Amino acid sequence: MESRLLVLLLASVAIATLSGCAGRRGLETAAADGGQPPVIEPDIDRREIEPPKIDTENFEVGIFAGQLSVEDFGVNTVTGARFAYHITEGFFVEAAGGKTDTELTSFERLSGAAQLLTDAEREYSYYNVSLGYNILPGESFIGRNRALNTSMYVIGGVGKTKFAGDDRFTVNLGLGVRLMPFDWLAVHADVRDHVFDIDLLGREKRAHNLEAHVGVTFFF
Amino acid sequence: MRRLLIVVALCQLCVAAGAAAAERHREVVIEEPFIELHTGPGRGYPVFHVAERGERIALLKRRTDWFKVRVPRGEEGWVHREQLAATLTPEGAPFELPGFTLDDYADRRWEAGALYGDFGGADVISMYGAFAFTPNLSLELWVSQAIGRFSDSELATINVVHTLYPDRRVSPYFTLGGGSIHTEPKATLVATVDRTDNLAHAGAGVRTYLTRRFVFRAEYKTYVVFTTRDDNEEIREWKAGFSFFF
Repeated sequence: MESRLLVLLLASVAIATLSGCAGRRGLETAAADGGQPPVIEPDIDRREIEPPKIDTENFEVGIFAGQLSVEDFGVNTVTGARFAYHITEGFFVEAAGGKTDTELTSFERLSGAAQLLTDAEREYSYYNVSLGYNILPGESFIGRNRALNTSMYVIGGVGKTKFAGDDRFTVNLGLGVRLMPFDWLAVHADVRDHVFDIDLLGREKRAHNLEAHVGVTFFF
Repeated sequence: MRRLLIVVALCQLCVAAGAAAAERHREVVIEEPFIELHTGPGRGYPVFHVAERGERIALLKRRTDWFKVRVPRGEEGWVHREQLAATLTPEGAPFELPGFTLDDYADRRWEAGALYGDFGGADVISMYGAFAFTPNLSLELWVSQAIGRFSDSELATINVVHTLYPDRRVSPYFTLGGGSIHTEPKATLVATVDRTDNLAHAGAGVRTYLTRRFVFRAEYKTYVVFTTRDDNEEIREWKAGFSFFF
């Protein structure tokens, strides 16, 4: 009985306080509106809908390894990395760099004594910026049921080669195949010709250095 | 052991990619009579499925002008942006395809690119980054490598560029700047020394908006190298290349 009374008392106090507040608030708005209290006070923010962004995958990054034939200096394993940006379904730009060691020339081997280059100068490294164009896009079948998206591309560009103690302006031209087991993964097979002028062996000549490599890249 | 670590890291990446794939995607309702799903992001990849008007498709990702979509029956394929141009959002409003236009080009803030050309008879490869303070005025940082017959040079310059008509597709610009040049004679020459000098340059060029984020740029600059010898050296440079803005 006592507790019920207490509840009643508390409830009446609460109602009195709330109605007092409401009354004062009503008076304030009424004063502001010039006498007419609003029926409903709108207190809603417009809901901001942020549509999910569409993920773009125009960049491609990866590594490669293969063989590079350096004119007069033997064929050696080359390793490198590439980074590409796909501008349209046809065109892409690529920045790549690679490194290999070279061997003794036949002359050095036969003469026995004369060394044309120091060990540091014998290291061959390059970087280049190229423009590529995808040709012959299509599907290649592995067995009866599995098809891979493939594309060939022609590519060409300019860059720098550091070899035999000097930087050499280098033009590269090539052809490649891109096999795509998944949308985000590509396997490349490339053949590239790196052309530069070199006067190391007495007379200036144009050297063609052929490279063949395979690589793997990820789209992101 | 290291190989194992790499494999583990790759697996984790795949898991992360899988988790990302579970995210919600943007959805649109087809408005064209039908759209064609290709197996890959390009004209040459065969059409393997067709989705009809009124179907609600999820846009999973984008590569160049192709969108990977998922249709209600679960098939996933690539659709060209032209076929999505007439789609609606689930609320019924026209869906605006995200992409870069000439207006975005006019409002660009950051730009980067690579150019190739002739630097006083030597082949030059240049890369630059730029920031636009106003539509007309921008600041550029350049690094160039010139590879000549007798010497190689590395240049680092900073310059201010004034673009005359920033909102037009083709616009000329003028540039003024300074920097330093490091010249290294070829190893096959004897009795030479490396040297570093300051330089100043002025130039003019033209910039053309091509498509998406892509800009073609060609310019002529004349350099004055402040050498320690009696005469200053003057070098003329022509180059052309491509840049992106973002």
